[in-house]
Amino acid sequence: MTTIASRVVTFSDQQIDMAHGAGGKASRRLVEGLIVPNFFTSGAGEPLSDAAYLALGDARLAITTDSFVVRPLRFAGGSIGDLAVNGTVNDLAVGGAIPYALMCSLIVEAGLPTDVLRAEVEAMGAAAARAGVRIVGGDTKVVEHGKADGLYITTTGIGRVDDRASLSAATVRPGDRVLVSGHVGDHGITVLLARGDIDLAADLRSDTRSVFPFVDALFDAAGAEVRWMRDPTRGGLATSLNELARDCGLAIVLDEESMPVRDEVRGACELLGLDPLHIANEGQLVAVVAQQAAGRALDAIRNVPGGESAAIVGRVDVAPARTVLAAASYGGTRVVDMLVGDPLPRIC
Amino acid sequence: MKYVDEFRDPRLIKQASDEIKRLIDPSRHYRIMEVCGGHTHAIYRFALADLLPPNIELVHGPGCPVCVLPMGRIDAGLSLVEEQHAIFTTFGDVMRVPGRHGSPIERQARGADIRMVYSPLDALKLARDNPERQVVFFAIGFETTAPSTALTLKRAQEAAIANFSVFSNHVTIVPAIRAILDSPDMRLDAFIGPGHVSTVIGARPYAFIARDYQKPVVISGFEPLDLLQSIVMILRQLRDGRADVENQYGRTVPWDGNLPALRVLADVFELRPFFEWRGLGFISQSALKLRSEYAPWDAEARFDMAAVQVTDPKAAQCGEVLKGVLKPHQCKLFARECTPERPVGALMVSSEGACAAYYNYVHRRDMAASA
Repeated sequence: MTTIASRVVTFSDQQIDMAHGAGGKASRRLVEGLIVPNFFTSGAGEPLSDAAYLALGDARLAITTDSFVVRPLRFAGGSIGDLAVNGTVNDLAVGGAIPYALMCSLIVEAGLPTDVLRAEVEAMGAAAARAGVRIVGGDTKVVEHGKADGLYITTTGIGRVDDRASLSAATVRPGDRVLVSGHVGDHGITVLLARGDIDLAADLRSDTRSVFPFVDALFDAAGAEVRWMRDPTRGGLATSLNELARDCGLAIVLDEESMPVRDEVRGACELLGLDPLHIANEGQLVAVVAQQAAGRALDAIRNVPGGESAAIVGRVDVAPARTVLAAASYGGTRVVDMLVGDPLPRIC
Repeated sequence: MKYVDEFRDPRLIKQASDEIKRLIDPSRHYRIMEVCGGHTHAIYRFALADLLPPNIELVHGPGCPVCVLPMGRIDAGLSLVEEQHAIFTTFGDVMRVPGRHGSPIERQARGADIRMVYSPLDALKLARDNPERQVVFFAIGFETTAPSTALTLKRAQEAAIANFSVFSNHVTIVPAIRAILDSPDMRLDAFIGPGHVSTVIGARPYAFIARDYQKPVVISGFEPLDLLQSIVMILRQLRDGRADVENQYGRTVPWDGNLPALRVLADVFELRPFFEWRGLGFISQSALKLRSEYAPWDAEARFDMAAVQVTDPKAAQCGEVLKGVLKPHQCKLFARECTPERPVGALMVSSEGACAAYYNYVHRRDMAASA
């Protein structure tokens, strides 16, 4: 990965804006230009992944951490407690690890009704039970009223690296197929509508869940022919795939026709001028699989409950390098860039 | 999805694209301006250039509200945040438009009370909920969004909400088209007429383009098939030597416009004698100000707002791109100093801006292909 190691990212922005946390280009610059250089003395320039890997004696471990600051705390299909468990479980799962245990840290705003906190802690317990992980410890802080939108949660997860996994952007080859586990954009649009800022209603639910069952099925079906995986959260599928395109130096060509997007999500995106590919997911998997294994991999995911609408949505190509394209059924192709800024609706 | 899928049907799109190829005179170059920024966005978003013969050139017009707004208006609006301790509200498009001291979103990060709203009625609600604060709505857009501002002002008047005001930056599309037609460096063959604006003003106001300038106008929808069909209709007119106003977007655009919307506009707004447009300069009778009956809700009448004259950064060629004289990538700053992430000019900000659309959907594809 010498091409990446030679790229020096500098961060010269004078202040931190919301865009730096939106998961797109600005987030990436912040992490690579300001944060990573101060933490790592070696290994700089390697592609960043969702989890870090440690070898302790014979054990190979994956560790990851994530903070949750969603507003509102509850929305159709889930809540911050569900996200806090599933988000971290998913980072481990797509990092090729079997999720084992979580630590959780709660930052609670003074004045939060106990019932609200109880509901979230119960949601975390239930989500952990569903995902088959234990929450083994944590910390609680209370901050002044008006400081924390009710509740912020940070979870840290640890897992054992799956022997079946050999994931790396470097193994991605032209001809490989891109697979998603189901409908994209459900979570982001659900939360956007739950905020009540837009006078739109839709029968949508967040997709928050553990994606480990998909990962497990994928490894069983395709093993080392699974080259790369992500759970496309903030910044959506477009951002995850742009990171892949950059890290592997190849082109990702999506077929818009085969992308599973619910009509409700498409409709909201059309109205608000958003692209479903930029919308966050909390229970989907995007994977690159060798061409010859793609059919098997797809069948495996479709056989997992919740994976029925999985689809092969694109392929890896040589050119244009480091770019994601979307090809429309009628012929045109467009570039699909990373999210820039926060998604803002257009006015006319 | 209804009203979307049938307008992206590959078979119909192929037919329209073939019809365009049949209709063109290969020895001739066609310059067609899409007036509306929404069309510019759709053209790039759907990669329609891939479906058109090379001798059809689409020229991007001035129909992107934040693109044509001089930087000084943003600064003037934002000055109310400090001077009046006001809550500044506006549409998402404006949030990242650079002002002299940063964009609204950057000012927000530094603590200014700036809020994005989806409707001016949301701004009015904020005023109701915060009676001790001034709430200013930075109004922007063509006749598309102006009726909702007008309706909000009527509500504010009815409910006598004293801490609400509007800073009007509404502009009107027809004088801008006339300015382009009168511009000496403009050689256009026809216009793709704006879709959303026309849902309000109808097709009638474009009659002068066909009558006085002999240029065909076809009002178009925003889906790939809409735009291709509009080009077919334009090419037929050109082949037959006709210049008419035609309405491809009849499913949404009534010939006479939206009469209740036009009435509310006339009740609340009047034309300014002149207004500055980026790239096009001062155009007379091209923008809307509040009538004197609404002076208590008119930020310009209520507050001392110095007319801030701010010229664009010298090297930026936004004006030339806006007039269609330069293509986005021909600007000296394009993709160098000016990117969607760090825009120098508003054309790189708005999703309807030609530069942002070109950068997002085409530029990197072409760069990579030529590398």
